[in-house]
Amino acid sequence: MFKKIYILWLRQIKRYLRSRSRIIGSLGQPLLFLLALGYGMGSVYKAAGKGNYLDFLAPGIIGMSIIFTAIFSGIEIIWDRQFGFLKEMMVAPMSRLEIMIGRTLGGATVATMQGVIIFVLSIFIGFHPLSWIYIVPTVLVMFLVALLFTALGIAIASPLNDMQGFQLIMNFLVMPLFFLSGALFPLEGAPKVLTIIASLDPLSYGIDAFRSLLIGTSHYGITLDIAALCVITAVFIGAGSYLFSKIQI
Amino acid sequence: MDIIQVTNLTKKFKDFVAVDNISFNVAKGEIFAFLGPNGAGKSTTIKMLTTLTIPTSGQIIVDGHDPTKDPDDVRRSFGIVFQDPSLDEDLTARENMEFHGVLYDVPDKTRHERVEQLMKYVDLWDRRNNLVKQFSGGMKRRLEIARGLLHHPKIIFLDEPTLGLDPQTRNAMWTYLKNLNQTEGTTVFFTTHYMEEAEHIAQRIAIIDHGKIIAIGSAADLKQQTGTASLEEAFLKLTGTAIREETGKPGMARMQAWHGGRR
Repeated sequence: MFKKIYILWLRQIKRYLRSRSRIIGSLGQPLLFLLALGYGMGSVYKAAGKGNYLDFLAPGIIGMSIIFTAIFSGIEIIWDRQFGFLKEMMVAPMSRLEIMIGRTLGGATVATMQGVIIFVLSIFIGFHPLSWIYIVPTVLVMFLVALLFTALGIAIASPLNDMQGFQLIMNFLVMPLFFLSGALFPLEGAPKVLTIIASLDPLSYGIDAFRSLLIGTSHYGITLDIAALCVITAVFIGAGSYLFSKIQI
Repeated sequence: MDIIQVTNLTKKFKDFVAVDNISFNVAKGEIFAFLGPNGAGKSTTIKMLTTLTIPTSGQIIVDGHDPTKDPDDVRRSFGIVFQDPSLDEDLTARENMEFHGVLYDVPDKTRHERVEQLMKYVDLWDRRNNLVKQFSGGMKRRLEIARGLLHHPKIIFLDEPTLGLDPQTRNAMWTYLKNLNQTEGTTVFFTTHYMEEAEHIAQRIAIIDHGKIIAIGSAADLKQQTGTASLEEAFLKLTGTAIREETGKPGMARMQAWHGGRR
């Protein structure tokens, strides 16, 4: 069983590492955000007495790259369905659960790698995390967030037949999840509507956990962050497994 | 000794009956063909035999197992070459083979040996480290056949396997499969709408149209039954001469609409 999960995982990694243009392309937006907003809003943010905006922003942008990559990894099953590879997996003596676990782990690993790349790049741009001790825990939390959104991607993609719904998902689900998560602005002092929406957004807890570990500030507290992430991840993995098992080609 | 037994098999998609109460048996080591026009229900039947789709009613036994009750046992007993390619184009030919071997629990050493042996047989060993996206249609089909046989299945299913292939590749493919059938006793079950293929390759043919089996027998039997001189004439006599959409797959369109609206 583990061998099969491993090979599914390995396939995702190989496909990722071979798609160099996709890797570089997907770094574009996060980098732009870091540069344009990080430097652009820096002085305004400082004048408002909030400190260094780039340090505040970087965890948010790491979260951005993770959610986009993870959801996309999950949605890739539509690709496999359209181009036929899903049939090969479904006709093999392997449970749908094993396929789901392999894909989720693989997709989450890929998203975590993207997050780490953005993290390293942000350091070159000027991000100063508090301490290097917290790097490993941060990567672990990155993986947890990546699992959450990869499972969500699979859950959403399972009922779909083709990529038509993809644009809808990206624009009406992933973008709002990103923008309303406190990635770009502090939740302290934000209008009530935004803080309520943010508290319903799983990404808020992920980014808050990154901030807690990397720059020492936290809106929800790291305990709540990790607890919320674990519960939501379990729910999404359950939902994803169920919906994936229901696919009939 | 029958390796496939199908009794009163039906598949409905909402109001559309794709497979309508069909019954047939395939003997072990037989080369059996489903011959019928597009939208006849051939692919749907294969999907039910291969655990991809659940029947609406009826019974299937493949290699002594029920696909709805023991899917993994059934899956181990067959290899399949689908109508549409099912390779991962971003992996190399060899990686596609190894992937399949792991999924079918072929032990490492055996797997490496068989991958080499099969790829050499279909003349793709030199291209083993090339990405599949660089392969031609014929090469992909050959790779899929090699892959389908990797775990030495008792049955090989092929759904319209020569669609779009040049005569040389077609000929090489059937020679290989007939040889396999003779030396290993592998049962070959294929669907087609090409008369010559059914007539020259299959030992027994089931003519299927509108989801129903209209006649079963060897090419000689069918010609005798209908008093015709060629399988094509027998076929036309049995199914009528109304034109079917070549690529439109009318049955398929409704099936896909059903899937799209299902959730």
